[in-house]
Amino acid sequence: MTPVSSSEFSGPTRFARAWTVLGWLAFAALIGAHIVGFAISRPDRDMGHLQKIMYLHFPVALTAFGSFAVVFVASGLYLLRRAEHYDLLAASAAEVGVVLTALTLSLGSIWARPTWGVWWTWDPRVTTTAIMLLVYVGYLALRAFTEDPEQRARWSAAVGMLGFLNVPVVYMSVRWWRSIHQVQSSPSTVAPAYALSLRLHFIAFLLIFVYFIGRRYHAARLERAATAAVEEAALTEGEVHV
Amino acid sequence: MSWRREAARAAAVAWKDLTAERRTRANFNAVAFLAILILLLFGFALGPDTEALRAAAAGILWLTILFSGILAFNRSYQLELEDGALETLLLYPGDRRALFLGKVAANLVFVLLMEALVLPLAAVLYDLPLLRPFPGLAGVLVLGTIGFVALGTFYAAMASRVRAREVLLPLLLFPMLVPVLIAAVEATGAMLSGDPLREGGSWLRLLAAFDLIFVPASWIAFEYIVEE
Repeated sequence: MTPVSSSEFSGPTRFARAWTVLGWLAFAALIGAHIVGFAISRPDRDMGHLQKIMYLHFPVALTAFGSFAVVFVASGLYLLRRAEHYDLLAASAAEVGVVLTALTLSLGSIWARPTWGVWWTWDPRVTTTAIMLLVYVGYLALRAFTEDPEQRARWSAAVGMLGFLNVPVVYMSVRWWRSIHQVQSSPSTVAPAYALSLRLHFIAFLLIFVYFIGRRYHAARLERAATAAVEEAALTEGEVHV
Repeated sequence: MSWRREAARAAAVAWKDLTAERRTRANFNAVAFLAILILLLFGFALGPDTEALRAAAAGILWLTILFSGILAFNRSYQLELEDGALETLLLYPGDRRALFLGKVAANLVFVLLMEALVLPLAAVLYDLPLLRPFPGLAGVLVLGTIGFVALGTFYAAMASRVRAREVLLPLLLFPMLVPVLIAAVEATGAMLSGDPLREGGSWLRLLAAFDLIFVPASWIAFEYIVEE
């Protein structure tokens, strides 16, 4: 059997080492943001230390939404340009987005229990987040069940774009249906002591977001290269030993 | 007049599907009886309190429509899977999206007929007024069903061609239909209670907006689904 010659298999490349550095940087940023958050922000008047969940909840929610925006853009680029790497990028972003959305919902639930007295509320943002999670779980299920890579790329690009289009429509309809949520938090509406820590957490999660998608994308490229190598070997040898 | 030719092609696909259904009736009868069964099951689940059943009727009616109507969509493509019929249809000259419009039209007739059966039965079982709110109800049913059928026909074009089609179609379709379910249930509830707060109209507008966004969106996206 022909040995796999692709440079992507010959140990960690400089590219892969750069990603490892970024990963440690993201981890360090998260630890640093935590230390600052606990050191400088006093307990909130109403919520006490519970308020610190916001430092995680809000950046995680934003990066989750950002992941699905990446799915939307990469899907659109795939349909326009038909280059496989856009499809792999969309798939990587969808996986990261599903994990971050599940984390957003869990953190929100843990926060809601002591402050609102319930684990769940039928609020527009909470409900839309849950529906968004299910839309992209469906996206990943479709990918898992479709075998032909080219067909999978086209189908999931269409589904990824339609799903993103649905998010504002779901949000508006649930908002009309019921709204009891507090005003959206952002650095401009929270006290300065909290704003610094929130910003640091936001930077940390932005690094984690880029690191996760980049790593997953790199792994997807390697998977595709491996499949292509196996197919090529099968063509030249007439048989495959995997 | 190419759009006229495309409309004729769409009508031919719809006519073909409806003729196949009319000659066998296997699918319609099964789906209609499943809808009746679901209506009864909701009644058993909620208990025999007439007041409580009447209050829940709008939600029950729409869940019945969604759970039984979804069975029409995969079947609409499974007809084409035998003997490479889908490939042959796609080989015909002209816009492939005429195939989508034809299938949407046939499925729309299918689901609306099922609703025409389910609605009077729900009125009997759940003690609902039917004659007075009928024009409003018909509007809700038509607008809600258009969005439901367009997206259902779109997702079934993919789901019907993979292994796990029974579970994949609802997994893809139902999260997209949340706005339809909310607006249709609220509008139906308003119509059934005589619309005292005059809110039925705004829910109808939401349904119309959903249709205006997702019928063209799924029509455009269909081209990418059937491309070979």
